[in-house]
Amino acid sequence: MSGWLGFGITGALLAVALLAGRIAPVDPFASVALPLRPPSGAHPMGTDDLGRDLLAGVVYGARTSLFVALMVTGLACLVGVTVGAMAGWRGGIVDDVLMRFTELVQVVPRFFLAVIVIALLGAGLDRLVLLLGLTSWPLIARVVRAEVLSVKTREFVEAARSLGASGARVLTHEVLPGVLPSTIVVASVNAGAVILLEAALSFLGLGDPGAMSWGYLANNAQRFLRVAWWMALFPGGAIALAVLGFSLTGDALNDWLRVTSDRSSDVA
Amino acid sequence: MSHRYLLRRLGQAVPAVAAIFLLTFLLIHLAPGDPVVALGGEHGDAAYYAMIRVKFGLDRPLHERLIVYAARVIRGDLGTSFVHGRPVSGIIAERLPATLLLMLTALCLSTLVGCGLGTVAARCAHRPADFFLRSVALLGHAAPPFWLAQVAILGLAVGTGLFPVQGMTDARRNSVGLAHAADVARHLALPALVLAASELALTIRLVRSAMIEALGTDYVRTARAKGLPEMQVTDHALRNALLPVVTLIGGRVGMLCAGAVLVEAVFAWPGVGQLLLASLLSRDFPVLLGIFLLVSVSVVFANLLTDLAYGWLDPRIRYE
Repeated sequence: MSGWLGFGITGALLAVALLAGRIAPVDPFASVALPLRPPSGAHPMGTDDLGRDLLAGVVYGARTSLFVALMVTGLACLVGVTVGAMAGWRGGIVDDVLMRFTELVQVVPRFFLAVIVIALLGAGLDRLVLLLGLTSWPLIARVVRAEVLSVKTREFVEAARSLGASGARVLTHEVLPGVLPSTIVVASVNAGAVILLEAALSFLGLGDPGAMSWGYLANNAQRFLRVAWWMALFPGGAIALAVLGFSLTGDALNDWLRVTSDRSSDVA
Repeated sequence: MSHRYLLRRLGQAVPAVAAIFLLTFLLIHLAPGDPVVALGGEHGDAAYYAMIRVKFGLDRPLHERLIVYAARVIRGDLGTSFVHGRPVSGIIAERLPATLLLMLTALCLSTLVGCGLGTVAARCAHRPADFFLRSVALLGHAAPPFWLAQVAILGLAVGTGLFPVQGMTDARRNSVGLAHAADVARHLALPALVLAASELALTIRLVRSAMIEALGTDYVRTARAKGLPEMQVTDHALRNALLPVVTLIGGRVGMLCAGAVLVEAVFAWPGVGQLLLASLLSRDFPVLLGIFLLVSVSVVFANLLTDLAYGWLDPRIRYE
């Protein structure tokens, strides 16, 4: 049941992000009404201190948030699957070196590294995606490695080899498809974590100033907590809903695809 | 636990710390622009820049600079803040107690309450109480700390006046002794609760699943068969279910620090997080890098301590 709820939330979020231009009544940066108005028929989530429509902000925020989450997770999967597959498939010294390196990357606190790098280079979605993507892959690599280690001793892999298939072909055609389910599970859990990270960074004023984001809206609400509760309630609630959607989806996929994943070590 | 295990595990932490040094060093030197400006600010004169160039060894080749840098950091010299004009280590040390108070209170709260609620959830598995606790845990994990903080302020501080909205002490009254402690505790309550929430959620989930597994084991059946009261049976099982919680604490130090920054930002708690925010606004890079180094090294040592504690708690674990 909760799995369907997860898919529902994630699907709805994707739809909102894709159709932001149609759903949002107005430009999220445009001043369209009196400032600090509570939710009403014309502005269901109220307006902020500059008279901008909050619903439009939240809708366009979904676009930024999901874009970052999907790009980062895609990049992390690319690196993680490559490293994990190489380590598990080759074994020996390659495995040792890659896994030691993975442990080193896993120790780096992503949030604080992102704070420093953005402070040094300036804000932008491109560097945010690169930075989070290049630090979010260790968990995926470890899961993929473990799966490859278990799959590569199975009979169908043996069979493919004895038929004369090359190592690369066995890896890409026989082993990696078996690794896919657990990769999807870790990836969806990771996407939720990335949404939280992106929101936290834009809450600190480190988001892309050209893109509307939930963290930025929540930060803006901070100064008006006493007078405009709606400015704080809706953007943060959207973040919580999105993360909830991704973690329910991850749980459901985990149950349905019957895979095990190491979830205890999601270091910042 | 053998000394060999201890030494081997310590040996593993060294490359991690070295890698963090290297990363911090590269961040200073590979950033666009002159590192002298990054270290000394944009408003220094030529003589000041020359002094920094020599002091930080910037006139020497890169590999020599790395050694100079590492030697300085090991001696506790993290550079000089160009906003405060004082050593970075001193500035961070001043803010550390407030942050540690917040983090440790949150950690104790989340661990104690999490173990309690996790046990309750496991004992009523698949019943309404379990469903309720799991839903709360899911929400606590999904909600960003700054939002929980804002909602807590809206619900419990602004409207009702039950808790103070911001700060660590009451600015209108200067209290000492016990009254001061009570004042700080009143201000600490909401930030600590909010920071504990996401850790609490994970602890509940972990303890619940570990307890369900432990309650199904043979020794629990034996304990029940010989007529032990349920309280004692639960106690038996809980001791074994607690092991993974130790790992959770160690692995989450980085997240806890990040959460502390956000919670401090909302509650104006005068700790390292507030320092990080102020340094961000003033582009005070030595302070930012100092905080990054502190958090990273803490994460390495937390992982190390976790592993050692794990080996000590569970004698079956031996390092090969």
